[in-house]
Amino acid sequence: MNYFELFSLTPSYDIDTALLAERYHELQRAVHPDKFANSSEQDKRIAVQRTAQVNDGFSTLKDPLSRAEHILALAGIDLRHESTTVKDTQFLMQQMEWRESLEDIAHSEDPDAMIAELYASFNVYSNCISQDLAGLLLSHSESDLAAAADLIRKLKFMAKLQVELERIEDAQFD
Amino acid sequence: MALLQIAEPGQSTVPHQHRLAVGIDLGTTNSLVATVRSGVANTLADDQSRHSLPSIVRYTDDGIQVGAEAESYSAQDPQNTIISVKRFMGRSLSDIQSGSQDLPYRFEASENGLPLFVTKQGQVNPVQISAEILKPLILRAEKTLGGDLEGVVITVPAYFDDAQRQGTKDAAGLLGVKVLRLLNEPTAAAIAYGLDSGQEGVIAIYDLGGGTFDISILRLNKGVFEVLATGGDSALGGDDFDHLLHHYLLNEWQLATPSATISRQLLIEARRIKEQLTQDTEVTASLTLEDGSQLQHKVTRALFESLIGKLVKKTISSCRRSLRDAGIKIDEVLEIAMVGGSTRVPMVRQHVADFFARAPLTSIDPDSVVAIGAAIQADILVGNKPESDLLLLDVLPLSLGIETMGGLVEKVVSRNTTIPVAKAQEFTTFKDGQTAMAFHVVQGERELVDDCRSLARFTLKGIPPMAAGAAHIRVTFQVDADGLLSVTAMEKSTQVKSSIQVKPSFGLTDMEISAMLKDSMANAKQDITRRMLAEQQVEAARVLETLTAALSKDADLISADEGVVIEKSMAELAQVAALDDTDAIEKAIKTLDACTQDFASKRMDNSIRLALTGKSVDSI
Repeated sequence: MNYFELFSLTPSYDIDTALLAERYHELQRAVHPDKFANSSEQDKRIAVQRTAQVNDGFSTLKDPLSRAEHILALAGIDLRHESTTVKDTQFLMQQMEWRESLEDIAHSEDPDAMIAELYASFNVYSNCISQDLAGLLLSHSESDLAAAADLIRKLKFMAKLQVELERIEDAQFD
Repeated sequence: MALLQIAEPGQSTVPHQHRLAVGIDLGTTNSLVATVRSGVANTLADDQSRHSLPSIVRYTDDGIQVGAEAESYSAQDPQNTIISVKRFMGRSLSDIQSGSQDLPYRFEASENGLPLFVTKQGQVNPVQISAEILKPLILRAEKTLGGDLEGVVITVPAYFDDAQRQGTKDAAGLLGVKVLRLLNEPTAAAIAYGLDSGQEGVIAIYDLGGGTFDISILRLNKGVFEVLATGGDSALGGDDFDHLLHHYLLNEWQLATPSATISRQLLIEARRIKEQLTQDTEVTASLTLEDGSQLQHKVTRALFESLIGKLVKKTISSCRRSLRDAGIKIDEVLEIAMVGGSTRVPMVRQHVADFFARAPLTSIDPDSVVAIGAAIQADILVGNKPESDLLLLDVLPLSLGIETMGGLVEKVVSRNTTIPVAKAQEFTTFKDGQTAMAFHVVQGERELVDDCRSLARFTLKGIPPMAAGAAHIRVTFQVDADGLLSVTAMEKSTQVKSSIQVKPSFGLTDMEISAMLKDSMANAKQDITRRMLAEQQVEAARVLETLTAALSKDADLISADEGVVIEKSMAELAQVAALDDTDAIEKAIKTLDACTQDFASKRMDNSIRLALTGKSVDSI
């Protein structure tokens, strides 16, 4: 399913998120199960299915990483079940360094500061990748899309780091 | 001269009839029922002008007492007087017994390991006890409103898991009441508060009740109540404050093995002290032992706060996590509304104020706001306000996952995903000729299965025998607007729909539910067969009404041939619906359902298109 079409948006990595949210609410008003509370079981069933689709579309387009993946999927490049890995040594070294920093948080004198610092560096790095990605995704050339796929793989590494950091932050609270 | 009635296109000419619906706050300590009359939502009182019903049920030789009456025997007959039953909902007996609280009840385990309370009226489970609490509230509403209810909205803690939600819905099902929606308590409070204040923007609802804690972060925008994130603890509430004080006083007085009666008396006293300490800084606890001797002990607010400090801190951690999940910074939160009786504790207010760096809103009635919100939604869902632009977008509180090799969890749907949601996952066979596959569904955030809550186990059968890895089984997990999970599966290459038997880990089996239903019907005015017939007749009328309207509006979506088939099935359904054969009506609905499936989907797609009609692709 083409989610850009569902939301009446031009397929692009740079989208107007406020407009996306507005369209999302309009679609929800049309399909949400609460609007079918007095309808037949059939209508209720379809309403749940369509709303789930609208919700999935919204979360796919809202998050830059899944939005980029969706654009590639529409171009016929499916990254979901692939086994290709990143070969950029410099990037992998950086990843290892960050992994080590994550492990050090537990022994740190000021874990909160370290967590905040890591969030900030992840953010800067991801933003850099995102900027390059936006340009590549505008192109239709095979080599540009392959390069985009490589950047998306890197963003996935970043997302995993982010999740790991959140988990460590959660452990700090408890 | 007769006046002509002119209706808006698409609207019925029949004068609008007010349908009776209520919202019920089924609380750990107290329960309430509310409804909308003449556009205003209010809680309903019993014949002695009491609004809140203590959630206490007592089983005696002669029958069942509920509310204040049961409460008055709480200390005298603790074994048969069940308090805070909500804490047992969807929990196993071993969960309960591994808890820190001393419980006076006699327990047995059901087939699934659910707790059964052994009472003077025999064995009862938490679902049945909850139904006893709902019963007088529904009777009260029917008496006050003068008619049968068409449906109810029941509130649940946002952090309730699937088993706890299902249990709550089952309790209403035992009474034959139609549940329009299970509504999350903080969301209900947000509706009541948001509509009343006209507030727009991000708000936080901090809801600390008798037995549960929820924090929800919502964005309010033009009638849309969008939950951005929710968090909490379904086993943390004012009850725990009572138990900590209870434990402390037992220690101080060196009462190592108090009788059940003394223990319950002390628990009631602990609650009184907690409440008193919201006003005073020092209260004297007293207890009369069986031999008539009097015990006394001074409890200061500082001491009480040192006991509960750890729990209050835990709620603040949840607030921090939920804000992060919502992607909201503290200074973006416009208002923090305090809900639930336990937010009267000064230490709770202070910590919330410190964390959010502003004074929380305490002007709304923390006890009734949830029931009021539920009543507003019930009124809309039942169809009394077709022009309402209220839209609630809620989320799944805990991630759903399945067990993989080595006892690890693979997440299928993550927490704070907006519901309804459907996610498909593909699996393949491990051995040649394998025809079945076992699944274990869990809910929680941890990586190991043992650290999450087991929701259900099911076996997929009837997979066509193929070489290992050749079968592609697509399993779809769907969570509806009530937050309830259902699972379907299909083998992709052969399109064979596999049968799934979901066995809830901590829920009632279908057998148990039907046995309970029969029991509850034995005393009811209607018998079960009549009720099922009535339900099918109502559904038949609804199907015909919906279709007739749809055909007159969207006839262009179907071919003439399809139209003929549909008309014929409709006529058949109309015919059997007038008779009293439940099975025949059900069958006719199914037949009609099958031949209108396509039409219904097209209509829904049409309304999706209409929603964005006139909006150019790029901007409005």
